[in-house]
Amino acid sequence: MKSKIPIAVAAFALTLCMLCTGCSTAKAVRVHPWDRGLLADSVMDPNRDPLGSAMMEHVTSSREAASGGRGVGGAGCGCN
Amino acid sequence: MKQPLRLVLILAGLALGTVSHAQVKVGDLFPDVKGRPDARAPAVYGAVTIVDFWASWCAPCKASFPAYARLNAAYASKGLSVVAVSVDEDPADYARFVARFSPPFAVLLDRGHDLVRQVSVPTMPTCYVLDRRRRVRFIHAGYHGSETDQALRKEVELLLSET
Repeated sequence: MKSKIPIAVAAFALTLCMLCTGCSTAKAVRVHPWDRGLLADSVMDPNRDPLGSAMMEHVTSSREAASGGRGVGGAGCGCN
Repeated sequence: MKQPLRLVLILAGLALGTVSHAQVKVGDLFPDVKGRPDARAPAVYGAVTIVDFWASWCAPCKASFPAYARLNAAYASKGLSVVAVSVDEDPADYARFVARFSPPFAVLLDRGHDLVRQVSVPTMPTCYVLDRRRRVRFIHAGYHGSETDQALRKEVELLLSET
C-alpha cells in the first residue's frame, strides 16, 4: 500500500502538468508566426519545380486517367 | 517519495516554461520599444504610430514596405511615426532586406524575439496602429494590398484629427 501512493501522486501530477502545458490541445504543436522562417524557405515548397510537377502530372493523368489533387500553394510560412 | 517529488518538480518546471504572453488587443497599451537593446529608432512614438512586424522571409512584408513608405511621406510631417520591427533570426538577412528597400522610416531588429513574444502577433506581417497615448487602436493581421492601404490611411487621419 505504501508504494502505491507515490505512483498515484506522480500520475496525478503528470496529468495536471499535461493539462497545464496544453498537451491536450492543438496549441502544443503550433509554430509561432515569427518562428516560421525555415518553413518559408523555398525548399519547403512541394511545387518548387513547376516544370517537373507539370510533367509528373501529365504522366499521372496519362497512366491513371486522373489529375489534380496535388499539394498546396506556396511554402509553409502561412503569411497573410 | 523522493523520485515522485523530483518528477513533480520537473513537470512543474515544464508547465512554467510554456507560459506565454497574451495577445495584444485593441485598447491595450503597446509595450515600450524605446528601452530595448535593439531599438535604434531615435523617435519611436509620434502622435500616431504604426508598428509593423515583418521578416525578410515573408513575401507580403516585402509588398507592404513601399506602402508604409508612401504613408510615411504623406503623414510624417503631421505626426505619424512608422516603426518596422524585424523578427529575423539572422542579422545578415535583416541587413540585406533593409539595404534593398532602404525604408525612410525607423526599422529595428527584435533579435531575441522579446517584443514579438510579448505582443504575440497572430500572423506575419501584422501592424498595430497606436494613438498618442500608445494605446492600440487598430490591428491589421496580414497585408492585403490596397485594401490595407486605404484602411490605414483612414485610421491615421482619424487618429491625427484627435487632439
